[in-house]
Amino acid sequence: MTCLVIAEHDNASLKDATHKTVTAAAQVSSPVHVLVAGENCGAVAEAAAKIAGVEKVLLADAAPYARQLAEPMEALLLSVADKYDAILAPATTTGKNILPRVAARLDVGQISEILKVISPDTFERPIYAGNAIETLQAPAGKKIITVRTTAFAAAAEGGSATIEKIAAAPDAGNSKFAGEALSKSERPELTSAKVVISGGRGLGSAENFKLLDSIADKLHAAVGASRAAVDAGYVPNDYQVGQTGKAVAPDLYIAVGISGAIQHLAGMKDSRKIVAINKDEDAPIFQVADYGLVGDLFKIIPELDEELSKRGYK
Amino acid sequence: MKVLVPVKRVIDYNVKVRVKADQSGVDLANVKMSMNPFDEIAVEEAVRLKEKGKAGEVVIVSIGPQQASETIRTALAMGGDRGILVKTEQMVEPLAVAKILKAIVDAEKPGFVITGKQAIDDDANQVGQMLAALLGWPQGTFAHSLELADGVAKITREIDGGLQTVEVKLPAVMTTDLRLNEPRYASLPNIMKAKKKPIEEKSPADLGVDITPRFKVLKISEPPKRSGGVKVSGVGELLDKLKADGVI
Repeated sequence: MTCLVIAEHDNASLKDATHKTVTAAAQVSSPVHVLVAGENCGAVAEAAAKIAGVEKVLLADAAPYARQLAEPMEALLLSVADKYDAILAPATTTGKNILPRVAARLDVGQISEILKVISPDTFERPIYAGNAIETLQAPAGKKIITVRTTAFAAAAEGGSATIEKIAAAPDAGNSKFAGEALSKSERPELTSAKVVISGGRGLGSAENFKLLDSIADKLHAAVGASRAAVDAGYVPNDYQVGQTGKAVAPDLYIAVGISGAIQHLAGMKDSRKIVAINKDEDAPIFQVADYGLVGDLFKIIPELDEELSKRGYK
Repeated sequence: MKVLVPVKRVIDYNVKVRVKADQSGVDLANVKMSMNPFDEIAVEEAVRLKEKGKAGEVVIVSIGPQQASETIRTALAMGGDRGILVKTEQMVEPLAVAKILKAIVDAEKPGFVITGKQAIDDDANQVGQMLAALLGWPQGTFAHSLELADGVAKITREIDGGLQTVEVKLPAVMTTDLRLNEPRYASLPNIMKAKKKPIEEKSPADLGVDITPRFKVLKISEPPKRSGGVKVSGVGELLDKLKADGVI
């Protein structure tokens, strides 16, 4: 019973989502292998080989995998799928893009965004924006799974897996990468930050949204946003936390000027502590917040910033 | 070029979903149902392509009970030309949905399929990708913008790090994200006109697809409850509490 985990990476570094998916995979079956597909991504394969519990790393280093587009990745995964009882990927936009193609070609249903492995064939996953949890038993045979990474701890370092190079699979050549606009930030990534501060429509403008930066710097926090703030153009789409954006579960989540629509709560209600700052005391966000501050955020945010400075947060 | 738009009838996104006490599912009795919001965006995009002269006929397809024909009507009122209802009372898993859609694509031969990136009921995010794979077509998922030219769709996608643009050869499948467009409201005259547009009915068996579920749903349960906490008086008290909790 061997599982294969698709590594999340940018050709230079291995992402934490991989470690978390390895944890989930080890609960499904072992040994665990990791597939690193990319271009000039040898360093990523070496990093993956150091994850505890990983027996082997498959390295497919070739131009078609540079951006892990779904079509060449499908062909590559089908070329190795026979050897595996389960294939898992983190439920990132990359994993979600690729894995259903593989499932369809193998004539297997996919289990999306698992929260828990109850037994090797039984899983919990969120439905209806996390307002219900489905417990699903898969039939015998291959399992194709994406993993809600915030629900699993990262596998530790300390492994020494072998690295095996594998050949590229023939590519139909019907898709190609044509550019990207990635957000650049010195801050931690939203999905792995210990503290997240998110803004909503209450911020009122892109300019005002920057009020959160100083607090984010002091708390080493990632900055997120509600759908309303993204739709209004205050911040780019990759800030969005919620049902259809990113799921986060930091130690501390600070929601500023966010009313708390079901779709937003879906992406953050597993945070350890939630703080809500909102002028409307009936806002639904207060129903999930551990600590609520009712008032004008344009007064509270500068006060909070100053109080943090006073207490030595820089 | 014909465009096919699969749409799903789901619980309205404003409805607070209730899990049944016996854990057999969620309560659907007397609950408002609507078109999946991502599918509305898909219909809008198809209709805009038609209005710009880049698409010919826009065919709407839905899989579900008789009432799913109302969802098709809504799409026809937005500007779709005709509908296909694949009628079943059964729950249809994403893979079976993709197989039904493949059979329809094989018969209808559209040049482009546009659908929502996920349905807000099962949140699976699978059908578009599965359909593309079964057809051997390329895909552009989570679309943020689209340009169609010379047999190529240039699709900018919302990804975790920002935006990515891919060029895919047609025919292809595109799945929509939130920012692709803002769907129109159907006007009253268009709602009246839509009543006369044809909706053809088929069954999964007509299309040769076995929809027997492969997975067993053992239960549907409530998520762990989070209770509201306390209101604090000011930022000083807030930071004291967060410090005591060890989160800052």
